[in-house]
Amino acid sequence: MTVQEAKFEYLLRLGDSSLIIGHRLSEWCGHGPILEEDIALINIALDFVGNATSILGYAGQVEGKGRDEDDLAFMRGEREYRNLLITEQPNGDYANTIARQFLFDMYMYFLYEELKSSKDETIAAIAVKSHKEITYHLRHTSEWMLRLGDGTAESHERLQNGLNDLWMFTSEMFDMDEVDAILIKEGIAPDLTNVKASWEKRVHEVLTEATLQIPTTTFKQKGSKEGKHSEHLGFLLAEMQYVHRAYPGAKW
Amino acid sequence: MDDTKQLEAFEAKIASGAKIEPKDWMPEAYRKQLIRMMSQHAHSEIVGMLPEGNWITRAPNLRRKAILLAKVQDEAGHGLYLYSATETLGIDRSELLSQLHTGKAKYSSIFNYPTLTWADIGAIGWLVDGAAIMNQTALARGSYGPYCRAMIRICKEESFHNRQGYEIMMHLAQGTPEQKALAQDALNRWWWPSIMMLGPSDDQSPNSDQLMRWKVKMESNDAIRQRFIDRTVPQADFIGLTIPDKDMKLDAATGHYSHGPINWDEFFEIIKGNGPCNAKRLKARVDADKNGAWVREAATAYAAKQTKEKLVA
Amino acid sequence: MTDSQWPVWEVFVQANPGISHKHVGNVHAADAEMAIQNARDVYTRRSEGISIWVVPANTISASSPEDQGAFFEPSNDKPYRHPTFYKIPEGVKYL
Repeated sequence: MTVQEAKFEYLLRLGDSSLIIGHRLSEWCGHGPILEEDIALINIALDFVGNATSILGYAGQVEGKGRDEDDLAFMRGEREYRNLLITEQPNGDYANTIARQFLFDMYMYFLYEELKSSKDETIAAIAVKSHKEITYHLRHTSEWMLRLGDGTAESHERLQNGLNDLWMFTSEMFDMDEVDAILIKEGIAPDLTNVKASWEKRVHEVLTEATLQIPTTTFKQKGSKEGKHSEHLGFLLAEMQYVHRAYPGAKW
Repeated sequence: MDDTKQLEAFEAKIASGAKIEPKDWMPEAYRKQLIRMMSQHAHSEIVGMLPEGNWITRAPNLRRKAILLAKVQDEAGHGLYLYSATETLGIDRSELLSQLHTGKAKYSSIFNYPTLTWADIGAIGWLVDGAAIMNQTALARGSYGPYCRAMIRICKEESFHNRQGYEIMMHLAQGTPEQKALAQDALNRWWWPSIMMLGPSDDQSPNSDQLMRWKVKMESNDAIRQRFIDRTVPQADFIGLTIPDKDMKLDAATGHYSHGPINWDEFFEIIKGNGPCNAKRLKARVDADKNGAWVREAATAYAAKQTKEKLVA
Repeated sequence: MTDSQWPVWEVFVQANPGISHKHVGNVHAADAEMAIQNARDVYTRRSEGISIWVVPANTISASSPEDQGAFFEPSNDKPYRHPTFYKIPEGVKYL
């Protein structure tokens, strides 16, 4: 695998995760628990769509086959998508959404902190911008972890259940393969060992403060790096892509 | 001061162009009418998020997706400003929402129509937001300070909505034949509802002199409707779309477009709750409120614990 | 729990460094941190601010319209509080 191929693959992983979680968050639009939170969730969704647009746009350039961000977002199928499994999991109740978002935001936070010093200037520039957004998202979701975890008995139970269900999707965030190895060597992508350690430490701290138990699930789901997803992604893409695909070549 | 004197002072203040502020004396009828109008307006914004929110996950490209997200977020913000302005009249948001959820309060008839294709997102921005702006710029000159300030802020933000809608329609109208057909179909379905949403014609809805004198209402429905039509018809011509009204023609003498008969029966059926989406829209709002109750409760409980801890420490 | 919409917080935004915070509206929030975040999302979506204050609405006290006369009119006949009250001969500088 060449560096260019590895970089393209890596960018898809980053961009697809943002796009898919942005899609899930946007499903809350108009259905949130209170008006202010509707506005907050849309803001976060918007940041993710923006991040995905930049990254997929750059992925298209790196690939060099004339595909732009829309071609990549709307014309690839389930097996070509590289988003983390956790991002495509359905929203569930509000606690489930907050748990999913918190675990992912914490990962993004430490990952993008590393990416800010990527030797690839475009990636570094995107990371600088995105890291500010993610810092805010993480603050928002961490606060909600405390409110729901240490709020009422009902909210505590819902959040604990959400965490327990999602835990099996967290370990693949830190898996590394040939793509990572090549890019680590080039100074383009970080070694995820440190990201993992930071993630575990902070997640444990927040969960403890929120009076929640660290889930004990040892079973691990993986596959996103090879495009092996849960069944949810197919439905999501069917919805996301159908207008674009129904009018081939149309401009919007 | 007795009531008659206060009423005189109140009316004189309005006549002088000054604004009425929350703590000022106001007649009960003024307060009630404003609460009715402003909350209806606020409800329209948040119910209006639903037909458009429908299409965020299906937007045809990433740029359109981001724009639509930002627009729907604005609608939520506008709902928030308006609830906040209404609360200054001494009623709180939970009460206003319960009026919506129990069907006691209304929202704009227009949001009870379905958004069937992507082109509907263009038609809503262009026509529905266009009509709304026409109405809101008039209301921004009204007498109640908090409402005017909300209107000014909203109008500023709405002009982006209007333009992005027209841009969508323009791209479709200039696109493939299939896209153009989508645009024309959306215009056909949204035209009449848009001109109806400005309210019953003047002969069916006599504007009380009092509401005009109190500057709660600034212009008659028909006057606003006429201005909307006059501005919109040339915009349709420009992108080669046809207004679905065979009686529409420009009166050279007055400079105004005349229009065919409006189907007011349809309008009043929808107001009564019999539109294509009334039940669905209301259910979505009621469900969101119900499903969010435990979340709001948890945040309140957590905040109470924090305050207690602070006091102890 | 009667009010299911949380308490109201008044929001003040500073648009640029060096100028005062200005009242822009309010938000509902369960606590101060949430009020700041909600204010950020609602009132600075278009880069309108660099700093936010939130104040619980029920802690604000206001003068009432009936006080207008007693409060504010007495200052109308004290023009000597304004610099334009004083005539300075032409040619005198830095005053």
